Amino acid sequence: MPGLLEIVNLVKKYKTLTAVDNISFSIPQGVCFGLLGPNGAGKTTTIEIIEDVISPTSGEILYKGKPRAASFREEVGIQFQKTELLSWLTIEETLKTFQSLYHKSSAIEDVIEMCQLNEIRAQYNDKVSGGQRQRLFLALALINDPDLLFLDEPSTGLDPQARHNLWDIILKIREQGKTIVLTTHYMEEAQKLCDDIAIMDHGKLIARGTPQELINTYCSDCVTDGLRAPNLEDVFIRMTGRGLRD
Amino acid sequence: MSFKRFWVMFVARNKEFFRDSSALGWNFLFPFLIVVGFGVIFGGKEYNEFKVGVFPSDTEIVIVEKLSIPKAFRQTRLIQFIGVKTLSEGVEKLRHHAIDFLIKADSPTNDYWVSDTSPKGYLVEKLFHASLYSEPPPAQKQEIRAVPIRYVEWLFPGVLGMNIMFGALWGVGYIIVRYRKIGVLKRLKATPLTAFEYLSAQLLSRIVLMMFMVIVVWIGCDAIFHFKVEGSYGNIVLVFFLGSLSMCAMGLMLAARGTSEEFSSGLINFISWPMMFLSEVWFSLEGSPQWVKTVADFFPLIHLTRSVRKIMNDGAGLMNLMPEITAMLLTTAIFLALAAVLFSWNE
Repeated sequence: MPGLLEIVNLVKKYKTLTAVDNISFSIPQGVCFGLLGPNGAGKTTTIEIIEDVISPTSGEILYKGKPRAASFREEVGIQFQKTELLSWLTIEETLKTFQSLYHKSSAIEDVIEMCQLNEIRAQYNDKVSGGQRQRLFLALALINDPDLLFLDEPSTGLDPQARHNLWDIILKIREQGKTIVLTTHYMEEAQKLCDDIAIMDHGKLIARGTPQELINTYCSDCVTDGLRAPNLEDVFIRMTGRGLRD
Repeated sequence: MSFKRFWVMFVARNKEFFRDSSALGWNFLFPFLIVVGFGVIFGGKEYNEFKVGVFPSDTEIVIVEKLSIPKAFRQTRLIQFIGVKTLSEGVEKLRHHAIDFLIKADSPTNDYWVSDTSPKGYLVEKLFHASLYSEPPPAQKQEIRAVPIRYVEWLFPGVLGMNIMFGALWGVGYIIVRYRKIGVLKRLKATPLTAFEYLSAQLLSRIVLMMFMVIVVWIGCDAIFHFKVEGSYGNIVLVFFLGSLSMCAMGLMLAARGTSEEFSSGLINFISWPMMFLSEVWFSLEGSPQWVKTVADFFPLIHLTRSVRKIMNDGAGLMNLMPEITAMLLTTAIFLALAAVLFSWNE
């Protein structure tokens, strides 16, 4: 059975740098797919090509078995790693503005409730905290009631409370049966949220499986401190090494 | 093209502008202050073309009738006489172009000093020599009756045009580059919004705001200076609209690509300053070399200022303004076409 998304021989080159090096994989419908990798591994480039925000050097992306059409943007929700919003608009106005850009949309109140924005709905976008901001970006990604949701490092820069709060919201979205493509370098996040994981490094896919499959395959012999079982972080370190990445 | 998407972006941009009180205030206050400032400086008293120093004099302000200088020269219009204490002080002022001409009072030989590099000094010298003849040579005078145009009336369209130019280039051009840099455009690209819908909303929003600014500032300044308008107000609004359209299109073209705010501001300054000086905002280009006039014709601002002045001062109708209107429409088409071809959401 073909996946919801098929990525075929994807390459992205920037002058002398090959950010994505001929990768192919598919993402089934209804799963939370995690794309993991250290900084500079090519995760964001890959996800932004799939989102149709940047163009690949070569390769093909198929959505529901066909090349992406103009309607693709109507059906996906995107939370970028780094972005800004129109200034001098309140959170509610921002949600309404984005809602009006789509044919299909979620009810504003439902999105506000799900992303816990009710108390700050009248505040300007640039007057909210980091956690509130990420919840707003998530709300914008949900505003068109998407079938496919892209979350690019959604919890980066958040304190533990805000991160756990965001994870709870993402779990609720997953329960609704939406397909989620998530990039992260927090292994705890991937283990908690993702059904299916691919690990990237130096622009290539180096491992693929469920969290438990990856642990069993790559880390059955991992040496831990004896107080805990091997986890996804052990797999990650083993696969990508301990060298510093900036 | 979805009108709904265009409209929400138009409304969002207007909210951004009207809620930013500092930017809003400055857009209205700046042209108002310039016009009022120049009106106060040049509007209330007789305008003098030349400044002539007279020494020795203990005070700067002198009683012209009591000056011991040739009577015919003393009575020449458009000359302001300024008292100077000593010859050396007067020469210093001449050297720095603070005065155009220096004359010694009570001098039987009519001693005077003039800078060899001062065009105004050269003209005053000719006037001085002519005033020494008791009987001027015969010449036929034909005087025309002209409605006096105050400097503030001449200046006003130029200042409004200049404000539109800065508003268009910075409010459209710079903002789009900034939004591209910080990722706002990338976020919008991820929605069904098309580049045409987004850019046309930005364009129309800025034009509407600028037309509003023109009307408010016009009403405010008119209440103070009581401008004479020989032509139609409707035509004035139309040419301001066309000028705004052309300069906003220019802003879009300059912002079509790039993520560097520094480069963008440099580029806008590189375009806007020559445009301001060559578009007869502050002074007429009459008598300038032909190549300067040719360069100026490529700027939409000069066509805007010229056409508003023609309507205000000469009562020109739209048919009389065809060259200017054509130029503004043509530049709009060229700038929009280039902006459409070059535009990128995130590069």
